[in-house]
Amino acid sequence: MNALLAMSTPLSWLLEPLSHGFMVRALCVSALVGGVCGLLSCYMTLKGWALMGDAVSHAVLPGVVVAYALALPFSLGAFVFGVGSVALIGFVKQKSRVKEDTVIGLVFTGFFALGLVLVSRTRSNIDLTHILFGNVLGISVADIQQTLLISGIVVLILVLLRRDLMLFCFDPTHARSIGINTGLLHYLLLSVLSLAAVAGLQTVGIILVVAMLITPGATAYLLTDRFDRMTWLAIFSSVLSSLLGVYISYWSDSSTAGCIVLVQTGLFLIAFLFAPRYGIFKRRSLPAVISSQDGSKPG
Amino acid sequence: MMAPVDAFRSVDRLRIEAEGLCVDYNGTVALYDAGLCLKSGCICGLVGMNGAGKSTLFKALMGFIRPSRGIIRINGLPVAKAQREQAVAYVPQSEGIDCSFPVSVWDVVMMGRYGSMNLLRIPRESDRAAVRHALERVELLDLRDRPIGSLSGGQRKRTFLARAIAQRASVLLLDEPFNGVDVRTEKLMAELFLQFRDEGRTILISTHDLSHVRDFCDLVVLINKTVLAYGETAEIFTPENIAMTFGGLPPNLITGPASSEELEG
Repeated sequence: MNALLAMSTPLSWLLEPLSHGFMVRALCVSALVGGVCGLLSCYMTLKGWALMGDAVSHAVLPGVVVAYALALPFSLGAFVFGVGSVALIGFVKQKSRVKEDTVIGLVFTGFFALGLVLVSRTRSNIDLTHILFGNVLGISVADIQQTLLISGIVVLILVLLRRDLMLFCFDPTHARSIGINTGLLHYLLLSVLSLAAVAGLQTVGIILVVAMLITPGATAYLLTDRFDRMTWLAIFSSVLSSLLGVYISYWSDSSTAGCIVLVQTGLFLIAFLFAPRYGIFKRRSLPAVISSQDGSKPG
Repeated sequence: MMAPVDAFRSVDRLRIEAEGLCVDYNGTVALYDAGLCLKSGCICGLVGMNGAGKSTLFKALMGFIRPSRGIIRINGLPVAKAQREQAVAYVPQSEGIDCSFPVSVWDVVMMGRYGSMNLLRIPRESDRAAVRHALERVELLDLRDRPIGSLSGGQRKRTFLARAIAQRASVLLLDEPFNGVDVRTEKLMAELFLQFRDEGRTILISTHDLSHVRDFCDLVVLINKTVLAYGETAEIFTPENIAMTFGGLPPNLITGPASSEELEG
């Protein structure tokens, strides 16, 4: 009843939750993590690393458990296992004839299963549901500090190397032929992915973090043909989803992670249907994209 | 550091030297005892069947694979060093490129300048001038803001050629440049290749389109796991040599692009 009254004016819908400290913290952390993951999601979607994002986010589970058991910052353990899973995927792929997507699925489920066993065997106060589905409403100050640090590192790397990373995603052959170390970029991007997965884990949990890492990029990809614009659109849609999601979860008393990802999915659907050039219902008046005057034959 | 343009002019300089090159992939021999020597200012056709080692040779020249034996020098330098001096440009086959990538023609050509920029890749006025000049030469300046996904095959090919021009590379490696391009692009590319030769650049064209080799190439390299023959096109490009290169097929069957069936090695 109270909730309904408060919703009657939009201003109080926005302001009332801010009277709770935990809501302010949740909004800030979700927006920050949303922005960081949104930026990274452009590279993930363009490079075709969605499955890799899924793998890394699941593979961090044992790292979280081990870190808690050893009283280390949980992000450290998560990062080590995230990078470890990526290295293992690369190794198995190189040394066997099994195809890459199979190797990815194999390695990350193995890591995840190990994490589940460790959680059940370790005497600790780890709440598995918090790790799996996020607990941004109950985030501790120490966790906020870790998230801030991680976000800072990720943004710094992505901003400093944005041109090189774009070229690496677009045309790695050219990048190598002008003397850019693409092997280094490859592992750097994977490390950044591990870091972002750790940060996203705080907000939406292991299961849904992959949505943070691909959906904003996919939405932005449908809206523009410019890389820089795509980055800004992805960040914008991701931050907006985080804020709206936290508010909706507060007023509807439902899962925060679920609400954030649902809003992201909703934004994607809108773009999918109504994007000016690439939506299903694109405006008919736009000129045909492919010019046929050159009459090129298919190679 | 910009590659000095007048370096192209030193006439007797060797652009590409390869000696006793052997490459194997996990025990499968891709190339053995291959040797090649190209001076500045020439157009050379690299002719062979699919799987004959054309792309292996390209990869070796770009330093992507380490030969198990032999040496490669570009402009007298080891490959890695030559790359850092922006000496080598690779013009890819259109199929190898993600055409839906959100970049414009201008962005792609600017990528040719990255190697000469600082770490943050912030273009200076000289970089923009180089890009503009390159786009003018391939007649794409009007389309500079178009996303590459909206270009025709020929326009896309010219975009990547412009990137090599903007890079000021002295060695150009082209993979099947005449595949799927329109007549206008083909004509323009032929003119550009002649200009590049006069500027002292060396162009290596990988192709199995034999008529183009006859028309443009000063030199030809016939390859099948090793260099079978190389030299002046008029001398080397004989029906017998071509038949040998394509595994004994009669030459009249192979004037068109080689079909991939059963040629795959």
